[in-house]
Amino acid sequence: MLSIQTSLTIIAVVAFITLCTRALPFLLFRNAANIPRFVTYLGEVLPYAIMGMLIVYCLKSVSVFAYPFGIPELIAVAVVVLLHLWKHNTLFSVGAGTVVYMILVQLIFC
Amino acid sequence: MGDKRRALKAAFPVTIPVMMGYLFIGVAFGMLMAGKGYSFIWSILMSVFIYAGSMQFVATNFFAGSINWVSIVFITLMVNIRHVFYGFSMLTKFKNMGGKKPYLIFSLTDETFSLLCSANAPEGVNQNWFLFFIALLDQLYWVAGSALGGLIGSLIPFSTKGIDFAMTALFVVIFIEQWQSCEHHLPAVAGVLGSVLCLLLFGASNFILPSMILMVLILTASYQKPKAESEGGGNA
Repeated sequence: MLSIQTSLTIIAVVAFITLCTRALPFLLFRNAANIPRFVTYLGEVLPYAIMGMLIVYCLKSVSVFAYPFGIPELIAVAVVVLLHLWKHNTLFSVGAGTVVYMILVQLIFC
Repeated sequence: MGDKRRALKAAFPVTIPVMMGYLFIGVAFGMLMAGKGYSFIWSILMSVFIYAGSMQFVATNFFAGSINWVSIVFITLMVNIRHVFYGFSMLTKFKNMGGKKPYLIFSLTDETFSLLCSANAPEGVNQNWFLFFIALLDQLYWVAGSALGGLIGSLIPFSTKGIDFAMTALFVVIFIEQWQSCEHHLPAVAGVLGSVLCLLLFGASNFILPSMILMVLILTASYQKPKAESEGGGNA
């Protein structure tokens, strides 16, 4: 363990930089009335793109060329999609999909 | 007071999927810190003040070995740069937040962002308090998870391997809901294909920034059309 002072400084530095990345757009457009149309447009369409990116981000370490070839992820994502198209219940889709994935990686593809 | 209570009541069910994910990933984080000799107090400190899931996992490496401040700053920037783009989507949503605004900006994690994107308060519930409580509950789960992980993580009687898939599943669900709620699928397709392309080109640890830039470029190129169509409808 590092000294308490060094550890606290690390936390402060990481916290500050993280906050900066989150606050930047709000600092750039402090006056909400003057937000350019283009920025409002980006704000409207970005979430759709970002959600796609976050899925890829979650699966980034999956290797399709080595065992288990991303099969557990493929099955579990398919389960989530099908359950959600069927029931439209977020909790159910997320819960069941996660249980399926845990069974796959712990018992079948282990 | 009644206003706040109603908002809290309405916000809780929305946050349950994040609760599942955050509690367990938080526990994993607390255990990791405990393994490096840092008690649950340190995990709580980090989860209260940094509050960034994947960044906190990366940061555990900073506590081992020699300190290189430049690389700590650089790595933190690289891991969190995606958050810059989240704010743009929340500029209008946070406009009338008043005193709650700084906290909502601070607590804009991937998961809270994804919930806030589609969160609309039920009728009779104050929208601003509703969003605030979603953000606050999410962080409480995260802090509770990290504290538990540091305290009793080693006592969990079953293997939690794979439980972090809850976050992936949540993003998939929100992706489907967004897909069904809008007619233009270009942003969603650009997000998935652009990120996959950048993942193949730049590798798992460097693809987020190029992906975001590529997305913004594609969305900029398609700016004219949606602008003309949304002229009459106001902001959707």
